[in-house]
Amino acid sequence: MSAETLGVRRSINARRLLLPFVGLIIPVIGVTAWWILSAQKPSFYFPSLATIWDRFVHTWLLGGATAEIWPTLSSLFLGYAAATLVGITLGVVFALLPSVNRFFAPLLEFVRAVPGLALIPLFVIALGVGIETKIGLVIFGAVWPILLNTVDGIRSQDLTIRDTVFSYRLRFRDRLFRVVLPSASPQIMAGMKVSLSISVIVVIATEMVVSINGIGNFLLKAQAGFDLTGMWSGLILMGIIGYLLNVIFELVERRVLRWHRAMYEGNRR
Amino acid sequence: MSDTLTSGGANAGAGSSAGISPSTPTLTAEPRMSVRSVSKSYTSDRGVVKRVLASVSFNVAPEEFVAIVGPSGAGKTTLLRTIAGLMLPTSGEIFFDGDEVTGPPERLALVFQDYSRSLMPWMTIEKNVTLPLRRKKLSKDEQKRLAAEALSAVGLGDIGSHYPWQLSGGMQQRVAIARAIAYQPDALLMDEPFASVDAQTRSDLEDLILALKKQYGMTIVVVTHDIDEAVYMSDRVIVLSGSPTSVRQVVDVKLGGQRDQLVTKSLPEFVELRNTVLTAVRRPVGEPSP
Ligand SMILES: Nc1ncnc2c1ncn2[C@@H]1O[C@H](COP(=O)(O)OP(=O)(O)O)[C@@H](O)[C@H]1O
Ligand SMILES: [Mg+2]
Repeated sequence: MSAETLGVRRSINARRLLLPFVGLIIPVIGVTAWWILSAQKPSFYFPSLATIWDRFVHTWLLGGATAEIWPTLSSLFLGYAAATLVGITLGVVFALLPSVNRFFAPLLEFVRAVPGLALIPLFVIALGVGIETKIGLVIFGAVWPILLNTVDGIRSQDLTIRDTVFSYRLRFRDRLFRVVLPSASPQIMAGMKVSLSISVIVVIATEMVVSINGIGNFLLKAQAGFDLTGMWSGLILMGIIGYLLNVIFELVERRVLRWHRAMYEGNRR
Repeated sequence: MSDTLTSGGANAGAGSSAGISPSTPTLTAEPRMSVRSVSKSYTSDRGVVKRVLASVSFNVAPEEFVAIVGPSGAGKTTLLRTIAGLMLPTSGEIFFDGDEVTGPPERLALVFQDYSRSLMPWMTIEKNVTLPLRRKKLSKDEQKRLAAEALSAVGLGDIGSHYPWQLSGGMQQRVAIARAIAYQPDALLMDEPFASVDAQTRSDLEDLILALKKQYGMTIVVVTHDIDEAVYMSDRVIVLSGSPTSVRQVVDVKLGGQRDQLVTKSLPEFVELRNTVLTAVRRPVGEPSP
């Protein structure tokens, strides 16, 4: 196995070229099988993939319901960005001020235990059925992994780094932005990744329950109108959106954590 | 009994090159650092008190080079962190340039035993070296110039754009030293700075520090467990006793200002000093203990 690894290492170019495609093998086989099988015996619940694809193109690409994508994505992005900001800020406060942490930790543990979706009625009463409710619920659902990971990441900071920071009497903002947050960034990014999936789930679920627009709302209406083909096209859209969000996130993560990855790989050599 | 009284002077003993220095205060300038009856205890989470330092006293004169030796676990790191103002002594006082130390003094830099972990892996070498300069009122160009100067002073050329993890251990330690020098401190504390580099790098770094001391006129306190190194580099060796730690003996090293790895280490005075320190280190605990 190590010989094989070495061989692959040596031909880095070949590896770079082929690697992205290895992951495509299973999806390609799956889609092909789906296409063939569903074409042979289409049923009401499982329309042929060709029909679904046709519908997907007309609904989502050529305009039928393109307008539904924007409300979903905008509340997703705004909510996720706010959750990130709030999570990191609170995380810094809790990690650097143990007294605040001791004071608020029990309250937060309690609030965190409430399932986000159970708060839909409360949010609707407070904020209505518009984008504010969606954003609020995304923040509520997605803030926890970021908050907890930020606290953990800062708390586990190396003691030598801490001594260095204090003995050179760094200003608070240098300490925060150049030492504390970068050193916690691997854990913060891990939390943000979990939160991204949560945000997608919360947005779609909220749209299904209360919203008057968005992809979630479209899915619910399609199901209620027995438009199974439309529903399947919406599911495919969500799959694609989720996948693209992940790809974008990983590109950003790769950049931000370049040092971490390089250090880890260096140590293993 | 005599151990606990070695609180005074720098190079006061003129006669013998080795021995317990008398407790007379230095006649010359005010000491750069003054450690006065410092004791330090750690209290564990369960409330168990562990006494690490017991009444440690010594002075360090301006531009003096002092080496501190003692068995591992004696509390050398504890002593250095206390002098650096990273923690307060349980009792006693520390003065730096006449001011009591209650936090990290501005004109002091510390080089850590764990050099590889004291550099920030997310920053380039240049950013690492200029980080402590950001609070000084210097332009960006000035900061960069100081960093480049310090890096070339420690024998590292054009590596400002590299990252710490791309360098060898010896080079990382040089970067940590360069960061301290660029900060332009009056005094430099070093905690077993060469403990984990190979022998060749080690003697290179010893000479580098001696050269830098001359060039910048710094006061230097080095903790080491290598007795040859202590004698070779310093003007004075402070030998610590086992726990709880106090100063067991202070050995004046009168080998002159010019040191050379081969010449100095083969001088009969060097061998004699080295044996004096070794005897002091090896003296069993409890013999003349406080
Ligand atoms: N933060 C700490 N909390 C409790 N005990 C400590 C702490 N730091 C050091 N010690 C203990 O104090 C003693 C001296 O440690 P240290 O100063 O690191 O010694 P040295 O540097 O001479 O090897 C050791 O027994 C160590 O276990
Ligand atoms: Mg130590």
